[in-house]
Amino acid sequence: MIMQQNSWIPLFPEQASSFASEVDYLYFFILAVTLFFGIGCAVVIFFFAVKYREKEKFGRGADIHGSMVLEVTWTIIPFVISMIIFIFGAVVFYNLYRPPADTMDIYVVGKQWMWKFQHGTGQREINELHVPAGRRIKLVMTTEDVIHDVYIPAFRTKADVVPGRYSTLWFEATKPGKYHLYCAEYCGLNHSGMRGSVIVMPQNEFDNWLSGNTSGQTPVEAGRDLFENKLGCASCHAGGANQRGAKLEGLFGTDVKLVGGQTVKATDEYIRNSIINPGAQVVEGYQPIMPTFKGQVTEEQLVSLVAYIKSLGGNGSANMTSTAAPTAPAATGSPTTGGTTPANTAANRQGSNPNAPKNQPEPANSNR
Amino acid sequence: MQNIDAINSEIIERPAVNYLNNGYSLKSWLLTRDHKRIAMLYLASVSFFFMLGGIFAGLIRLELLTPQSDLLESASYNKVFTAHGVIMVFLFLIPAIPATLGNFLIPLMIGAKDLAFPRINLLSWYLYMSGAAVAAYALLQGGVDTGWTFYAPYSTTFSNGYVVATGLGAFIIGFSSILTGLNFIVTVHTMRAPGMTWFRLPLFVWAHYATSLIMILGTPVVAITILLLALERLAKVGIFDPAIGGDPILFQHLFWFYSHPAVYIMILPSMGVISELIANFSRKRIFGYEFVAFSSIAIAVIGFIVWGHHLFVSGQSIYAGLVFSFLTMVVAIPSAVKTFNWTATLYKGSISWDTPMLYALGFLGLFLVGGLTGLFLGTAGLDIHLSDTYFIVAHFHYIMVGGTVMGYLGGIHFWWSKMTGREYSEFWGKVSAMVVFIGFNLLFFPQFILGYMGMPRRYASYPEELQVLNIFSTAGASVLGVGFIMPVFYLVHSLFFGKKAADNPWLLPGLEWRTASPPITENFESTPIVTWEAYEFGEESGLHTEEARRTTLAPTA
Repeated sequence: MIMQQNSWIPLFPEQASSFASEVDYLYFFILAVTLFFGIGCAVVIFFFAVKYREKEKFGRGADIHGSMVLEVTWTIIPFVISMIIFIFGAVVFYNLYRPPADTMDIYVVGKQWMWKFQHGTGQREINELHVPAGRRIKLVMTTEDVIHDVYIPAFRTKADVVPGRYSTLWFEATKPGKYHLYCAEYCGLNHSGMRGSVIVMPQNEFDNWLSGNTSGQTPVEAGRDLFENKLGCASCHAGGANQRGAKLEGLFGTDVKLVGGQTVKATDEYIRNSIINPGAQVVEGYQPIMPTFKGQVTEEQLVSLVAYIKSLGGNGSANMTSTAAPTAPAATGSPTTGGTTPANTAANRQGSNPNAPKNQPEPANSNR
Repeated sequence: MQNIDAINSEIIERPAVNYLNNGYSLKSWLLTRDHKRIAMLYLASVSFFFMLGGIFAGLIRLELLTPQSDLLESASYNKVFTAHGVIMVFLFLIPAIPATLGNFLIPLMIGAKDLAFPRINLLSWYLYMSGAAVAAYALLQGGVDTGWTFYAPYSTTFSNGYVVATGLGAFIIGFSSILTGLNFIVTVHTMRAPGMTWFRLPLFVWAHYATSLIMILGTPVVAITILLLALERLAKVGIFDPAIGGDPILFQHLFWFYSHPAVYIMILPSMGVISELIANFSRKRIFGYEFVAFSSIAIAVIGFIVWGHHLFVSGQSIYAGLVFSFLTMVVAIPSAVKTFNWTATLYKGSISWDTPMLYALGFLGLFLVGGLTGLFLGTAGLDIHLSDTYFIVAHFHYIMVGGTVMGYLGGIHFWWSKMTGREYSEFWGKVSAMVVFIGFNLLFFPQFILGYMGMPRRYASYPEELQVLNIFSTAGASVLGVGFIMPVFYLVHSLFFGKKAADNPWLLPGLEWRTASPPITENFESTPIVTWEAYEFGEESGLHTEEARRTTLAPTA
C-alpha cells in the first residue's frame, strides 16, 4: 500500500486535516522548549564532569550545601513553562475532542479485525473510508467485541472504540489523498492487520463516488424496517395516545424524566442502552415491561435503530450528538442535518437491499 | 600483590568470618534471615528474569526487522511482547533495586543489624519466587497474549491465553512487594543508629521510604483488580465486559491507579542510587539535600493522582482528561528539581569517572530525554496523536531502561565490592557502561520518530516506509544486548578471580563503607554512632586521619 509521502520534512507524517498543523505547532513548541532545557542541562553536566574531574585521588569537593534562591527558581520556572504547555495542549485537546454541530456523520463498527463503515446515504465500506475534503466529518463508533481504536496519523487524531457505548471522533480532511488508518488499541491476534485507509476526495469526486456505488438502505430506512417489521418495536412504540411504550417522536436530545425522579438526556447512547437494557432507565409514566433485545440485534442494527429514532425528530440543541443522516426523511427537520446531499443519491437508493452490497470483498484477514 | 595483602592482614584485624563465608550449605542460604543473603538471592533471581525478559525483547526486535510478520506469526508475537512486558515489569523492574540493593544497604546505611522483620523479608523472597513460578508455568503452558496491561474485555472474555495464571503470578508477587515496603518503613522508623537523624539519612534511604509508601498503598489495588478480572473470566460476573453489564473503562482506571504509581516504584529507587553516586563521586555534599529528599516524597504522593493520563483517548470525560493533564505537569516538577540538584552537585566537585559514575552520568542523559518526552505525552492535545504509538514505547523505555536499569547497574558496580568483597575489572566496567549508553540510544531514539510518524505499538507487521528506522532500532538492540551481557561475564569472573576489595575503596563517609567488605552477619562490630551529616567529606567525617585512610582502604584479608 503506497501512501502519499511528500511532506517537506523527512520522516514526518503528512498533514491532511484541519488540526494537523495545530498539533504540529504544539509538537514543535514543546520540542523547542525541551531541546533548549535538555541540551542546556546536558551541556552543563558534561562541562562540569570534565572541568571538575578530580585532580587528585580522594580529593574533596567544595563545601556547598545548597541555595534557596536556586531551588525556588528552578521550581518556579519549570512550573510556569509546564503550565504554558498544559494550556496550549488543553486548547488543542478540547478542539480535537469536541465535535462541532454541523458534521456529516459516518457510522463505524469495529470488530476483530476489521473496520465497517456506513455512510448516512447507506453506502457501506470495509477497511476503506471515503470522505470529502473540506467537510466536517464525525465518526460515531462502537465495536462488537473488544476495545479498538481509530487512528489516522495524517489527521493527528485517534479515539478508542469501546464496546457498549458510542464514542465519537471528528475531523475535517484538507488534502485529497490516501492515508493510513490503524487500529491503535491492542485487540488480539491480528491487531496489526486491522489496518485500512482513509481516502480523501474533493467534494465533486466524492459525490461521484457516492453515486457510483450501489447503496443499500440508509441507516434510517434500515432502522425503520427493523422498527416496524423485523423487531416489532412499533407494536408498543407507535400507535398514538394509548401506546404502551414511551413516545419516541421528538424524543432525541430532550431531557427524559425517569421513574425515581432522575432526568437523563436522550443521546445516542441512552437510546442504545434502552434497547439493550430497558429495565435500567424506565421513563416516568410507563411500566418496565419492555423485554431486552440484547443478543437479538447487532451493533450495526442498533446504529440503524438509533438513526431512525433520531429521525423522528427531537431537540436540535443537542448539538454534540444529534445529526440526522444527510438523506434522512424530511421528517427530521433537524437544523443539524449534514450539509450537501448529492441529488443523485436518492435515485440510487431505489433498489435497496437489507443486506447492502459491500464495496469490497472482505479482506482475507477477517476470518474470525 | 600477595605481599601487600599479607602486610595489610598483619596490620589490620580482619573478621575471619563474614556473611558470605559463615556457611556454604544450601540450607544456610534458603533459610537465611540475613538481609544481605536475601538480597543476594534476589540479585540472582531478578537478574535471571532480566535476562529472560531481554531474550523476549530480542525476539521482538528481530521480528520487527522486516515489515511483514515473518519470523514470528502474529499469535507468537503477541505472546512474546506480553511475556517481555510481564517479566520485565513484575519480575524485574519493580523488585530490581529495592529488593536487591535496598535490602542489602538500608540496614547498613542506617547502622542497623538487619531489617525489622527478617523472617518476613525471607517470606517476601519466597512469595516472589512462587509468583514467578506461577507466571513461568503460564508461559510454558502456552503463554498469554493480552499485553502486560490485561485490558478488558479482551482479557476477560476473548483471549484464550493463560490470563488467570499469569494474573495469579502478578498477584502473589504483589504481596512480596507489600511486605518489602512494610519492612523498609518500619526499619527506617525504628532502627536508625544513634545520631542517624532523618536528615542525616542517605538519599537512597529517603527514596526507598517513598517507594515503600507506594508499594503499601498501591499494590493492594492491583491485587483487587486482578481478583475482579479472574472473577469475571472464571465466573462470568459482569464487572468489566459490557456484554454482561460491566464497564471496560473501569478496568483501566483500576489498573492504572496502581500501574502508574508502579512506574515510580521503578524509578524512585534508581533516583536514590543516582543521588548516592553523584554525591559520592563528586566527593561533596549533595546540593539541596532537603529538596532532593522531599521531591521523592512529592513524587510518591502526586504520583497517585495522575493515572488518568493513560486514558486521554479511552473515552473518559474530556474534563477529567484536562485535570489529569494538569496534574501530570505538576508531577514533572519534583523530577526536574532532582535533576537540577544533581547537576549543581557536580559543580566544584572532585569528580571521579569510575564505572559507577559513568552509569550515573549515562542515567542523567537518558533520564533527561525520558523525562522531557513525558511532557509531550502529558500534554493532552498532543497525546491524542502519540498515545499507543512507538513514541510512548520509546518514552517509557528511556525511563525504565535509561532510568531504572542504569541505576541498577550503576548501583551494582558501586556496591559490588561491599556485597562480594571482590573487585571487578574497571576497564571492562567502563567499556560496558559506554556500550550500554550507545546501544540504548540507537535502539530507542528512532522509535520517537517512528511514533510521531504514527507507527502503532504492539504491531507484528507495519507499513514498508517505516522499515529503515526499525532496522536502526534492531541494530541498537544487538549493541545493547552486548552491553548487558558483558557485566555478567566480568562480574561473575570477579567472584572467583577478582582482587580482594578494600573495605572503603573510594574513602567515602557512608556507614556502609565503615564496615568490612563483605560485612559480617551483624553488619557492624559495634553499633555505630553517627556524628556527621550525609555526604560529609570534611573533617567531621573522620575520614582524613592517617589511620582511617589506612584501615578503610586496606583490602580484607
